[in-house]
Amino acid sequence: MPREITYREALREGLDEELARDENVCIIGEEVAQYNGAYKVTEGLWKKWGDKRVIDAPISEAGFIGMGIGASMLGIRPVMELMFYSFAYVAFDQMMNNAATCRYMSGGLTNCPIVVRGPANGGTNVGATHSHTPENIFANMPGLKVVTPSNPYDAKGLIKSAIRDNDPVYFMESTVLYGMTGLVPSNDELEGGELIVPIGKARVSREGSDLTLLAHGRAVVTSLAAAEILGAQHGISVEVVDLRSIRPLDEETIMASVRKTHRAIYVEENKPFCGVGAQISSMIMEQAFDDLDAPVLRITSADAPAFYSPPIEKLQLPTADEIVARALTIC
Amino acid sequence: MASKTAKTSTVPFADAPINASLTAEQKIDLLRTMVRIRRFEQTSLKYYHDGHIGGFLHLYIGQESVAVGSISLLGENDHVITAYRDHGHALAVGMGMDECMAELFGKKTGCSKGKGGSMHYFAPDKNYWGGHGIVGGQTPLGAGLAFALKYKGLKGCCLCYLGDGAINQGAFHEALNLAALWDLPVIYIIENNGYSMGTSQARSSAFPKEGLAARAEGYNMAWKKIDGVSLYEIRAGVQEAVARAHEESKPTMLEIMTYRHKGHSVADANAEKYRTKEEIQKYMNEHDPIEFWKNVLIGEGVITEEDYKAINKEAGAEAEASAAFAIKSPYPDESEIFDDIYWEVDNNTEAGRTGRHFFHG
Repeated sequence: MPREITYREALREGLDEELARDENVCIIGEEVAQYNGAYKVTEGLWKKWGDKRVIDAPISEAGFIGMGIGASMLGIRPVMELMFYSFAYVAFDQMMNNAATCRYMSGGLTNCPIVVRGPANGGTNVGATHSHTPENIFANMPGLKVVTPSNPYDAKGLIKSAIRDNDPVYFMESTVLYGMTGLVPSNDELEGGELIVPIGKARVSREGSDLTLLAHGRAVVTSLAAAEILGAQHGISVEVVDLRSIRPLDEETIMASVRKTHRAIYVEENKPFCGVGAQISSMIMEQAFDDLDAPVLRITSADAPAFYSPPIEKLQLPTADEIVARALTIC
Repeated sequence: MASKTAKTSTVPFADAPINASLTAEQKIDLLRTMVRIRRFEQTSLKYYHDGHIGGFLHLYIGQESVAVGSISLLGENDHVITAYRDHGHALAVGMGMDECMAELFGKKTGCSKGKGGSMHYFAPDKNYWGGHGIVGGQTPLGAGLAFALKYKGLKGCCLCYLGDGAINQGAFHEALNLAALWDLPVIYIIENNGYSMGTSQARSSAFPKEGLAARAEGYNMAWKKIDGVSLYEIRAGVQEAVARAHEESKPTMLEIMTYRHKGHSVADANAEKYRTKEEIQKYMNEHDPIEFWKNVLIGEGVITEEDYKAINKEAGAEAEASAAFAIKSPYPDESEIFDDIYWEVDNNTEAGRTGRHFFHG
């Protein structure tokens, strides 16, 4: 029977299964081992797998992420945890130059099967330095993959795919989603005995016919809530497409939905300037212009650093009410 | 060659076991590798000036002993990674002049298919992991290669080279902490040529009077300062570090004193402004590792001046032949732009076929 488990537990199951499957998989990060993870994603894994496989790193992101990249070139498959994805900026040279371009600059002689995972979200009153959403920044770099699960099922299935992938995968979670529950099948009820979600396939989370809300990460949850309101209160049938990965991108599913509904809004917690929605709306304009009955809109975080003050920060992120209001302008 | 068995040498460090065991042929090979590196680079400089080579060209001339001496000690599970002044290390690990020269010319036959250029040579089949352009950026990777060796239970080490200008990068200090904290078998070799580009050591680095490598004390890491003119001294010093890595899985920081005869790169217009001509000439006359080693071998009766001339001539011809190879090689095809970005795409796996990976056009 599918079990109701949290996003956090789903990730942990995925990590645990991959640790069991391949002895070259190891977990490295700040507080991932003895502390059981700053957000308890890795809880219990150190006790189960020991010092060799689950390793507490000093607060030294450029150092340990770079070290993981070097180790991955020799066949280790490190899963690096960033306590916050905001800390990626401390390791930026390693993540952008070394992980992303070594394969190219070596003419294909090397590859870096590394996963760098952690929460990439605002909305938790921790100020601007801890609230960055860099999915657009890393997706800008060819050679990298960017994955953004929005629910427990995908969190488990995608982390397993990410670990098996032979390219660098930057896996962006959300602290707000860690406690979210959802149905995740147990392995014994799955064909093949395990849950795998391929990277590069979007999911139609909700079917509809009047408007497509495109989103990734936690914005999918917000979009689904808005879709309910639009349907119940305004009679608008909304389709929600969860990209699941930004790069590679499931263009077909996006375009098919837009061609069906003729209206699209991209919803994201990313910033607007050159955000993911900017890329997607440009693609829709190029590929589905004649199918559109309205301009493609984008709903993003406010174009400002994250505000600390809790009631104000809430207003910076996309809300269901905002989505409803903007949708009504084009429907 | 003059003799197959060397006379007893009075040169310092000649009696270190790792040097005393060298055969005459091995000593000549060390000389030949250094000479090949120099002739390769002199030839590349000529073609750079002729407009055949673009971008940067960081020459290793004057520093050849560092790569050749240290790499000569390595075995099956020992790995090498370096910065952008990487031609010497490449030839020392056994990469061919042809693919190295063709890479400079931006040709399809280059070691990185023309995608990396001078600063980004790679040969994983020879345990050579680049060739890295960002100052100090390779130093965590070196710790990672050592981490992988330890993780797999292999008795090996990683030689990670950097310049004296790289020692102030944060990534290097982070790598040192990890290496010492986790007992990683990595050997950081600071090739100290005295200048971080155009800024002298005195103007760029704060360090104890014993030298740059003494900073290792702060990480409770073993260190040593080595005069880089002599292959004997380099081999003796590096061997201690290799043994420490192999037997104890401990890191070492080495500082090898050397000098680059040319500028930081060929584009360095001030190479004779931040350094005096007299200083450069002094090092060329008194601190040239090839000249030094040649004289050691002549003194030991291993070679004659004539033998040296023959080695030099042969290396020059090999370098010219590599340039001819590079010239006649084709440029990469435009269709190769999207190759070698994703392993999964290149290998046409299911993951590589799922979703759009490229967004151009």
